[in-house]
This record gives sequence, structure tokens and C-alpha cells, in this order.
Amino acid sequence: MSPSPKTASKPELDFGNAWEYAAAPEGTKVAIDAKYGLFIDGEFQKPRSKRYMDTVNPATEEVLAKVAIANQADVDQAIAAAKAAFPKWRRLKPSERAKYLFRIARRIQERARELAVLETLDGGKPIKESRDVDIPEAAKHFFYHAGWADKLDYVFPGRKGAPLGVCAQIIPWNFPLLMAAWKIAPALACGNTVVLKPAETTSLTALRLAEIFQEVGLPPGVVNIVTGAGITGAALAAHKDVKKLAFTGSTDVGKELARNLAGSGKRLTLELGGKSPNIIFDDASIDQAVDGVVQGIYFNQGHVCCAGSRLFVQEGIMEEVLTRLQVRIESLRVGDPLDKNTDLGAINSIGQLATIKRYIEAGNSEGARMFQSKAKLPKQGYWCRPTWFTDVQPSHTIAREEIFGPVLSVMSFRTPEEALTRANNTPYGLAAGVWTDKGSKIFEIASRLKAGVVWCNSYNRFDAASPFGGYKQSGFGREGGRQGLLPYLELNS
Amino acid sequence: MSPSDRLEVLKTYKLFINGAFPRTESGRSLLVEDKRGKPLAHLCHASRKDLRNAVVAARKAAPGWAKRSAYNRTQILYRMAEMLEGKSQEFTDVIASTVPGGKSRASREVAAAVDRLVAYAGWADKFGQVLGCNNPVAAPFYNFTIAEAMGVVCVVAPAEEPLLGLISLLAPAICAGNTAVVVGSSEHPLATAILGEVCATSDVPAGVVNLLTGQRPELLEVMAGHRDVDAISAAGCTKAERTTLELGAAENLKRVTVDTSKGKEWYDLERMNSPYRIQPFVEMKTIWHPSGA
Repeated sequence: MSPSPKTASKPELDFGNAWEYAAAPEGTKVAIDAKYGLFIDGEFQKPRSKRYMDTVNPATEEVLAKVAIANQADVDQAIAAAKAAFPKWRRLKPSERAKYLFRIARRIQERARELAVLETLDGGKPIKESRDVDIPEAAKHFFYHAGWADKLDYVFPGRKGAPLGVCAQIIPWNFPLLMAAWKIAPALACGNTVVLKPAETTSLTALRLAEIFQEVGLPPGVVNIVTGAGITGAALAAHKDVKKLAFTGSTDVGKELARNLAGSGKRLTLELGGKSPNIIFDDASIDQAVDGVVQGIYFNQGHVCCAGSRLFVQEGIMEEVLTRLQVRIESLRVGDPLDKNTDLGAINSIGQLATIKRYIEAGNSEGARMFQSKAKLPKQGYWCRPTWFTDVQPSHTIAREEIFGPVLSVMSFRTPEEALTRANNTPYGLAAGVWTDKGSKIFEIASRLKAGVVWCNSYNRFDAASPFGGYKQSGFGREGGRQGLLPYLELNS
Repeated sequence: MSPSDRLEVLKTYKLFINGAFPRTESGRSLLVEDKRGKPLAHLCHASRKDLRNAVVAARKAAPGWAKRSAYNRTQILYRMAEMLEGKSQEFTDVIASTVPGGKSRASREVAAAVDRLVAYAGWADKFGQVLGCNNPVAAPFYNFTIAEAMGVVCVVAPAEEPLLGLISLLAPAICAGNTAVVVGSSEHPLATAILGEVCATSDVPAGVVNLLTGQRPELLEVMAGHRDVDAISAAGCTKAERTTLELGAAENLKRVTVDTSKGKEWYDLERMNSPYRIQPFVEMKTIWHPSGA
């Protein structure tokens, strides 16, 4: 049994009713069309399917726009455009190819405010995150990869790399523009052409990116964007002219795609789910660690594949950590994503909210002890309070399965050996966090954690120069950095 | 008694699992015929259960092998080369008895296999420096990427160049700190059957290399679907075999690499002695640490 927090009800800073909360809403207005077509061969066009889906602001439940649903004929056309554009794009002088990517990066920076607001409207994430993380990082991915385009001969010593051809890329809804950048930038830098499918609930910023491609004069067909749901993605993956598929999303869908591609000779990279451990040793700086735990699980409402959803705390400091964690969590603001003070925005969709609620219910019914912040929630929209469970057993559903929401499972451990065994006891292996002030311990633990990314005394840091991707069933292949170029190149031998 | 009257002592060929030489649990055997169709030897016909036992041994050995210093793995692989060199006559004879091309071809194959082990012995403490790097992130962090062993790799050796092909798949996997379960060539299994004697005398820890002789079609599907196998390295596959491997691998997302090398390519040093043959059997781990006070 974990001890319950001492100051369970009293926040550390209590200003009573001294003043009213003053919201700081982002003022930028963003024009949104009523209807969006598909971006194929450099032009926006109506879908042959003649079908559209609504994209909803999850904070207000209002329909923002209608977005096309691409069918097989649309997908065929997009792939044909990418295939036709490939020979010229691959032959383009690499230094010129680089300049297109630099241009794209610059336009993203110039339109950053608009993109941030749109990302927040369409996906529900706090404006401070889309403004400070999603959009600047998306620009950085293009900037970073632009420079590689004419330096590919130096990436893999002793080998020359050639582009593969048409790359199909399917991305999730948690970091819509950033994931588009992660996928498109390395593919283009290596001389491939792309057909990208955004997630069905968050297509708008990818379509804005298509406008940027037009603005910078990117040759038609080099990037094509087809919107739609799973069927569109499946059609894309199955197409005979696709040489490589890159998918970010759930492990179940990743496995299905791997089965569908078996024997096809297509290249595949998968960036899938996780149940990442965050380990705090008793010699850690506890305030820093608590902040890292909050950053690890509540960033982007927990809609993060590498979220630190399993917290392991060394026994002796459990009570102190829980107490400070509670104070910190109670201070988080939940609500209007466009308010610059907001810490947790809206849950991305009604479907995801239902999933999260099911997991919270499972946590309660299986015997874990639930805590939730007392944050006031807006009446409209999809919301979930920051939630954490103590008394969690390793066998509990909430300790094993990816929730993809703001729900933390707290467990204790006694020895470093036990922490490692339990942290690695998962089919996933995407990321991990470790907190201790002892250097030799941190490197020992970091080297024995089975995870593709290990954050020491930090959590949820990302950079275009830093490879990202998982061990085990969190997928294969890396994105970002030097290693992230490999999936988009055929090395001569 | 004149030498010609002496009855030769024949070798009983067995499997090599967990550092020991067990018979197949199935009690089955395979008849190997020479090039003229004359019975040559009886080998263990490994079962699916043998494969699973070998995976258990490989899994158990994996953490210890990965933890050895790279320098130590270098020396052990080099020791394997030394032992193989010492037994090269025996390998040449058994390979030449079933593989078309005669003794000179077989002798060339064995020599190339020894040299391949030497090349990968050298890579064990260097590939990490070629495949890994520091990353200049735009924040006050020290950030670096290292190559780590994946765990258990199943090797499916080609029929062509039964020893050289096998070593060309095995060496990259184990030099990186993985342990291996090898299914040798079904057509020419003798080299696989005696390779255990090289491992057993080379300080290769028990379970790091496990060698099975048997019928490849029978074992592929089990291997592909096995949840405690991390990666598969196969060569000489038909399209159907490749599909079987990739389909089964989706079960736990094991990494599958199918080598399409043929003929002379097995002897192409630039192709074969490259760190990019190690790359598919390592995981890249990126570590962040704050820098500054």
C-alpha cells in the first residue's frame, strides 16, 4: 500500500478569493475554408469520392470545416502524381533540393502564429504547446533535413545512398503538423516523393502545409496530401507503386500493416505505442523530478506515444513525491486551449475521451486508488482532469496498456534491479525517464533500459537532430538525426 | 593389424544447444547423401521443440553476452576464426562431399569463412563508433545515440555456400552482442553440424550460438511467430519463405532481414564485411542528459 498524500486537500499557494482568474486568450484569427479538397500534383482538387468528413474543434464541439475523404481512385491519382514527379526530383541538384526545404522551413516560421492557432483549434492542444513546441519543431525538421540533401554521401561512410521512390506516410492526430514534418522532411531530403495521409480528426495544418508547398514553388507531385480515415490509409499502404511505408500510430494498426506488407518487398518503418517508465531514485532532485513527471504524462493531455505513464518511485521517497506531485497537479489549468495559461487542453476526440474513461474505470474496478485534480472543466467540449492512480499492481490494465490520455500509474520499488526489471517488463520499448543525481547510476540504468529514447533527469525532449523510435513492439526504424535518414535511402553495396 | 584393417570411428552428428551437444528431442534423423547419392551420414532432424529450447538458451545467454566488453567479444570471435582455421580440412571434406564444385571450391569457401570471422572480430569494438553519434540538439542537453544489441537473432542460413553463408549471417549478429539460433542449410547440413565444435572450443559462452540441422520449411513458421525472438536474419529465401517470415514476425514486430546475396557476392568483401550488415541487428538508443549547472 502506498501512503496517501499528507496535504491531500490543501494547495501550497492559496490566494482565496483575492482576485478573479484573468484569461489570456490568443488573439490571432485564422481563416478556415468551409471545405477542403485533396492536394494532388500541386493543386487542391475535389475528391473523386465526392465525400467529405467533418473536422471538429474538440474544445467547443463545433464543426470547423469539411475535409475530403480520399477513395481508391483519389489515392491512385496521388500516387501516380508522386511517381511522375520522382525522376525529376531525384535528379535535381541536391543543393537545389535543399533550398526548397529551407524555403519550406522559413515559410513555416513566418506563418507560425497562424499554424499554432489552427493546430490548437483542430486538435485541442494548449496554444502554449503548439506555439512553443509543435510549430517551431516542425520548422526545425525542415531546416535540419534541408542541410542533409547535399551531404548524403557523408551519412553512411563507405556507402552511397539512393532514394527509393514513392513513400506513403500515415500520421496520427497527436502532433499533426510536427508528424507531417517528421515524415516529409527526411523523405524529400533523400530525393523521394511523398503521399501523406493526415489523421482523420486533424487534417487542417497538413493542408496549410500544402499551401506552403505551393507558395515556395515545390514542384507539383513531390508531396501529395490525401485526407481520409483508415480505409484511405489502407489503400495507400497496399498500392503497388509505393516503395516505402512510414506509419506512426497504434501498435495494433502497425501490426496489421506489417502483415499486409509481408512479402511485398516494400520498406516499412513503424513508430507505435508505448507504456514508458519514469523512474525516480531516492537521491534525485525531487522538485525537478516531480516537474518531469508532470511534463512526462500531462504534456499534450497525455496524447503522446512516449508519455511517461508508469511512474516508479523508490520506496523511501514515495510519500514526499506523492505530496509534491499532488500540489503540482492541482496547479495545472485545464480548459480553453487558446488561453495562453492553459496547461491541459481538450481531449482530441469524443472517441478518445471514451477510451480514456474506460481505462480510468478499469483502474478503479481492478483495485487501484484514483486521484484527480479538482480543476473546473468547461461545459462544452471533451475534457479529462489530470488523473493519477496509486496502489497499482503490475498486472493492472492501467499499468500494462497504453491509455493515450492524462492518466498516470504510480508504483514503488526498492532496488535499482527491481526498478529495471519492472520498467522493462512490457512489450513496448519506446522511451524511459530516470532521475538520480548520481552519474554512474544514471548511465547504468540508462544503458539497461530497453527503450529507444532515454531521458536522464528530463522527459519529453525532442529535436530534429535526435533520433526517435522504439525497441520491441514500439516499432522499428528511427526518425530524426543521422539514423533517421536510413529508412529513406537504398545503400549501394 | 595393418591400418587398412582398422575400422574407422565415425562421428555422431548432433545439435549444439546451450553449449552442449544434445540429440534432437524428437529422435528423428536425416540421411545425408554424397553427390553420387551414396549414404554419407545421419544427422539430427531438429524439431520445433528443439528450436524453442534453443531460443530459451539464447535468451538466457543474451544479457551476459551483451554485457561483455566489446574487446572481449572481439577476442572470442577471433578465437572462433582460429579454431575454424585449425579444422579447415575437416570442413573442406564435409562440404566437398555434398556441394558441387569439388575440394578446391570447398577449401576456398572455408578460407573465406575464417576471414569473415576475423573481419567481424575486428568490427565488434568498432561498429558502435561508426553507427552511433553525438547529436547537436538546440537545448542545453548532452545527447548521444548508441547501438545496442537487440537480443535473440534467428539465423536462416542459405543452401549456397553452406558454411560461408552461415558465418556471413551469424558473425554480424553475435559481434554486436546478440545471441543466435541458427538453422543451417537443409541441403548441405554437415558444416552446420560440426560448427558447434568450433564454438565449444572458442570460449563462446553457452547459449550464445545454437546450431540446428533440420528441415527449414518445418522450422521457419515457428521461428517467425516465436514471441521471444527479436530478429531474423535469413538468406536464400523463396518469395513464399520471405512472406512466411514477415507474416509471422508481425506477431511481436521482430525485425526481419532477408539477404539476397548470390554466388560470387558471398565473396565480395566490400559487400560482406560492412558495418551495415550489423546495423539491422542493433537498436539505436538515444540518451538525453541536461548539461549545465
